[in-house]
Amino acid sequence: MKMETSLPVAPKMRASTMALLLGIVVLVIASFVSLPLKWREFLSAEAVNTTIEFLRGFSPPEMATPFLERIASATLETLAMSAIGTLLATVFGMLLSLFASGRLGLTARLLTRTLLNVLRSIPELVWAAILLIAAGLGPFAGTLALAVHTTGVLGRLFADTLENCPPLSEQTLRLNGASPATAFLYATLPHCSPQMMSYVLYRWENNIRAAAILGVVGAGGLGQMLKYHLSLFQMHQAATVIIAMLVLVCVVDATSFALRRKMTR
Amino acid sequence: MPERDPAWNGRITACVVMIIILWPMLVMAEFKPWILLDAQSLGATWQFLSTFFPPAHSAEFLEMLLYATWETIAMATAGMTLALLGAIPMTLIATERLSISRLGTGRIAAWAVAVRQLVRWLLILLRSVPELVWALLLVRIVGLGPTAGVIAIALTYCGMLGKVYADILESSDSAACDNLLRNGSGRLAAFFYGALPSSASELVSYTVYRWECAIRGSVVMGFVGAGGLGQRMDESMKMLAGDELATMLLMFVLLVACADGVSAMLRKRLA
Repeated sequence: MKMETSLPVAPKMRASTMALLLGIVVLVIASFVSLPLKWREFLSAEAVNTTIEFLRGFSPPEMATPFLERIASATLETLAMSAIGTLLATVFGMLLSLFASGRLGLTARLLTRTLLNVLRSIPELVWAAILLIAAGLGPFAGTLALAVHTTGVLGRLFADTLENCPPLSEQTLRLNGASPATAFLYATLPHCSPQMMSYVLYRWENNIRAAAILGVVGAGGLGQMLKYHLSLFQMHQAATVIIAMLVLVCVVDATSFALRRKMTR
Repeated sequence: MPERDPAWNGRITACVVMIIILWPMLVMAEFKPWILLDAQSLGATWQFLSTFFPPAHSAEFLEMLLYATWETIAMATAGMTLALLGAIPMTLIATERLSISRLGTGRIAAWAVAVRQLVRWLLILLRSVPELVWALLLVRIVGLGPTAGVIAIALTYCGMLGKVYADILESSDSAACDNLLRNGSGRLAAFFYGALPSSASELVSYTVYRWECAIRGSVVMGFVGAGGLGQRMDESMKMLAGDELATMLLMFVLLVACADGVSAMLRKRLA
């Protein structure tokens, strides 16, 4: 018996969606055409040889104990930068979020939100490059850069959390005569703090990764070592730094994965 | 009525412990806020900041800036395209949803497990090396300019996209795909008609989000010489040309805001 096989009619695509897809294709083609990409140099036999030579230069990674000690201290420096940067950002983000959540007037809300957006949209690395002028070379500039960018991110997230918090318990305290500060501290803040805490931890995780590379503009940590050894063509040392970065990133990933699993179960 | 907050003791202890842990960290990060306020540093900062206004706005500079901005967008787009070319086949290999030996027994053949694991490790390696480090290395191989940036984005994002794509596919409902595979459909057909329709919107939305991240990333990579807005920023910074930097920062904030908007619009439309 022959079965009647008629497929359902394909859903119609809207003209505007078609235009959108076409736009994306045009963007992709324009990107490839307009960029001065040097594929030939990258894929020629000579380039492959240089690449292999370059990669071979990395092995073996430098494993002398004094060097490993320097790596360990740079790793600790990276961790310290990220922790302090995140802590500073939590404090300032908290302060700014009071304004940005509209508790102190709508004008203040608009202005603070704009400020937070600017802080947030400039990446840590660009902040670090700018702050080098005020704070000098070294981990302090990196810490400040992390703090500034993360303040933008956390301030916005905190403000959203405060705005979405159900207002009933705070109103109850206020109606019963508590001062605004007390009502906020004992009603809204405890309600929102678990959410805020999880944002802070999430950003800390991000900041450890960011702190590892911030140093390439001279802002301390593992990145600064990498840049230093690469500039001097000390490939063995550079290889060790890259391995240290990889290990750091993987350890952070694994820890956060394990913690998340433990907390959500 | 108790006059004291019952949680007080715990809070004090927590604060003291925090300070004890924090102290060595502050030393290690060379946390010395007072150097911001010392006369020399204040002078340098003030001098630099005072050049910010008015922002540079000569026609020549703006033209260069527009070109650099386009270069940044193009780097991100080209890098994402190459990343997709790598990520899609790797996803197809890595996802357990398309495993045939899994059907029925629930166990996957040993060699298939090995191949999948190998691809996963490759993806992990690609995304664990930060894009900036890829760029730093590639600049040494292909020289200064956008080529290094494009390849760096392609490598890192290939790792991220491949991993997340496989996760998305595996977390969706498996019934349709399993049925197709059980009834003898090929893997590609099962993917296109079984797995893809239910997770397409999530895949698209993640891809667009990553494109937005790639734009930010390509600015950062410019700082190590990979072309685009970042490289120009780095040059202006080294010459302490605050006015140029001010215009570029404005441009950058605008660019990020636009990418944000476009990406939100695309996600809504294509989802």
